[in-house]
Order: sequence, then structure tokens, then C-alpha cells
Amino acid sequence: MPSLKDLKGRITSVKSTQKITKAKQMVAAAKLRRAQEAAEMAKPYAKRLAGVIANLTSAASGGQGPKLLTGTGKSETHLLIVMTAERGLCGGFNANTVKKAREEITRLRAEGKTVKIITIGKKGREQLVRTYADLMVSHVDTSSTRNSEDLAEIALDFGKELTAGFEAGDFDVATLIYSQFRNVISQVPTAKQMIPAEPPEDTPVIDLKGATYIYEPSEDAILEALLPRYINTLILSALLESAAGEQAASMTAMDNATRNAGELIDKLTLQYNRARQAQITKELIEIISGAEAL
Amino acid sequence: MSDAKLNFSLVSPAKELFSGSVDHVIAPGSEGEFGVLPNHAPFMSTLRSGRVRIIDGDEVHRYFVHGGFADVTPEGLTILAEEAIRLEDLDVEGINEAMAAAGRARDGAKDQAERFKAEGDIQRLQAQLDALEEAHH
Repeated sequence: MPSLKDLKGRITSVKSTQKITKAKQMVAAAKLRRAQEAAEMAKPYAKRLAGVIANLTSAASGGQGPKLLTGTGKSETHLLIVMTAERGLCGGFNANTVKKAREEITRLRAEGKTVKIITIGKKGREQLVRTYADLMVSHVDTSSTRNSEDLAEIALDFGKELTAGFEAGDFDVATLIYSQFRNVISQVPTAKQMIPAEPPEDTPVIDLKGATYIYEPSEDAILEALLPRYINTLILSALLESAAGEQAASMTAMDNATRNAGELIDKLTLQYNRARQAQITKELIEIISGAEAL
Repeated sequence: MSDAKLNFSLVSPAKELFSGSVDHVIAPGSEGEFGVLPNHAPFMSTLRSGRVRIIDGDEVHRYFVHGGFADVTPEGLTILAEEAIRLEDLDVEGINEAMAAAGRARDGAKDQAERFKAEGDIQRLQAQLDALEEAHH
């Protein structure tokens, strides 16, 4: 039976934990709104660009095209880009993405492919470096980002690095693993192939009504300029979705934690009151039996 | 079909800047400026830095775009700009300051990459100034 003092100490400590989780929950809720807005605003561009690419590829004649679209003709070396958050306290958000990455790595290795890993965000790196330290080729730090412009810059730099790496023959296929933001309570770990570029299948191809496209300067020049941009956009929208997902997951996790702390406080308070009452009863019995003995 | 309108949208990676039906759009193609009217043939072009004019009745909206694409389909015109801003929101003093900073960055550049970046900035800023200049005439 813990003493009254012990119980009191535990109640105070749970209360201060609850204050922290509550504060974190409110911060996440505020950040979520901003992150969600940023992710929404970036959607029209990504959608239109995907549409243009889908159009171009369907209109493009023959299999000859830029390598970013057709690939190297091999699929020996796979590059996995694992995108997670920089911070914890967001429930299973990071762990789920890492789990998806592990599954992919195991699957690709079972097929005898070479796997390389680039991590974006500290948490994924921390978890993967234990088992796959020898596969890690690079890491992108996103800890200093404040807003969506910073993210755009990261997407741009990383996109350049990626296309340069592809042209240098560092890998054949690049896949991005990130948490897709469905809504506030659901973030789905997703693997998306970026190189060779695959426009989403559900993009409606616009009916040209029999007319043919006029390209200026030329079809190839346009595709060549467009594809790196498409890859940047993929990275940026993943970054934005990931940021929104992190806040959403954090909000849900902290809400649960706050509620758990509340329950714990109730339980401990009950225990505390019982212990106090038991002590009073005991003292009374001692007094009464003492008086009777006289 | 004089009452036909052109569906036009101008989007940048950060947001959608303009979306609606207009009469006429003039855009800075990399091979020369071009105008798009309703029922234009399918057309795709890369863009150079410059201004996009959107003409709707008596109204004219002006934007500065930096890099990107224009895509004309039977459904309308879409401009995917790397960077886009309303011309009215550009401020000459800010640009001149940024220009001076970029010039210093270029002269003090430690390696090729830094110099390229600074030169890119200078070109973009110069294009902004030119677009503003044109707008005043």
C-alpha cells in the first residue's frame, strides 16, 4: 500500500504530464491547420502537371523518350527515399512509415536487387540506421524548415540531386516512401515510384477531338524540361502531406495521452481518498479501543 | 462565336493564382510571345521569364512568371509557372536591393554553383524589372 505522500507525488507528476500533452495537442492543432492549407494550395499545380504529363506520354509517339520517363532499361539498383518527421510525439506516424520501408527493403532484397536508402527527416534515419547502416547513402535534414517555402527549397535541391544521381547512373529506380495524408485521422504509408516517372493512372486524358498538339520548341525539349519539375513537385507534395500528417498524428496521439492522463488522475485520486479514509478509521479504532481498555 | 470564353488557370507550386473564364491571354513563350483565344488548337510551350496578360472585357490582369509551361487543350489554357506574382505586388526598390545583393553574391562566390545561383537570381530580377518597365509604357 503506497503511502499518502507517494500517491500525492504521483498525482502531481501525472498532472504536469497532462499539461504538457495538452499544450502539445493544441500546438499541433494550430500547426495542422496551416500545414493542411499549404498542402491543399499545392494540389492544383501537382494535379495539372500530372495531367500534362499524362497527356504528353499518351500523345508521345513511339517508346523513345527521355530516360526519366522510360528508365534505364534495368531495375537492378533501387533507391528508396524514406520520408519521416523530425520529431517524435506523434504516435505511430514515423514507425508506420519505417515499417513500410522495411517491408519494401526486404521484398527488393529477396528479389536480389541492390537497395540504397536516402532518408528525409531524423526519425526515419534513427530507426533504419540500426539495421541498414550500410545501405544509407545520404540524409536530408528538414529540421530548420519553418514554412512551405522552405520545404519548396528542399524539394528543389533534393530533386536536382536526385536527377543528377539518376543521370550519373547511381540507381535505376527511385521510390518515395512517405505518409499520404488522407484526413486528420488517417495517414497511409505509401510507396510511390518517382523514376521512371509514372503519371497517376486516374488522371483523365483530355480528348483533343482529333487535333494534334503543337509543341514549342519541341516535344522532347518540353518533356525534358517538364520531367524534373514533375519530380520536384512529387517531392514537394509528399513533404507537405508528410508535414500535415505529422501534425495530425501528433494531435491524435496527444489527445489520447491527455485523456489517459485524466483517467490516471481520477484513479489515483480515488486511491488517495481511500487511503486517507482508511487512515482516519484506523486512528479512530485505536482511540476507541484505547478508551475501552481503561 | 464571339461569346466563347477561354478557361484559364495560372498555378504555381505554392498555390493557384488565377482561375476563371477570360477573353484573351498573352503569355511569354520561350520562342516568342503568344496570345491564346477561345478554341485555340492544342498547343504546348515552355515559358521564359516575363509577364502574362489576362484580358477579360475591359479588365486586364498582369502577372510576372518565371519559368514554366503553358498547355492549351480544348478545355482551356493552363499555365504552370515555377514562380508567379501579380505585377502590382512587385516593388522596384525591393528588386533593386535584391539585385545588389545578388551582384555581391556573384562577385564573392566561392565556387561555380554559387556563381550560377547568383547569376540566375540576377536574370530573374532583371526580367522582373523589364516586365515592370513594359507595363508602364
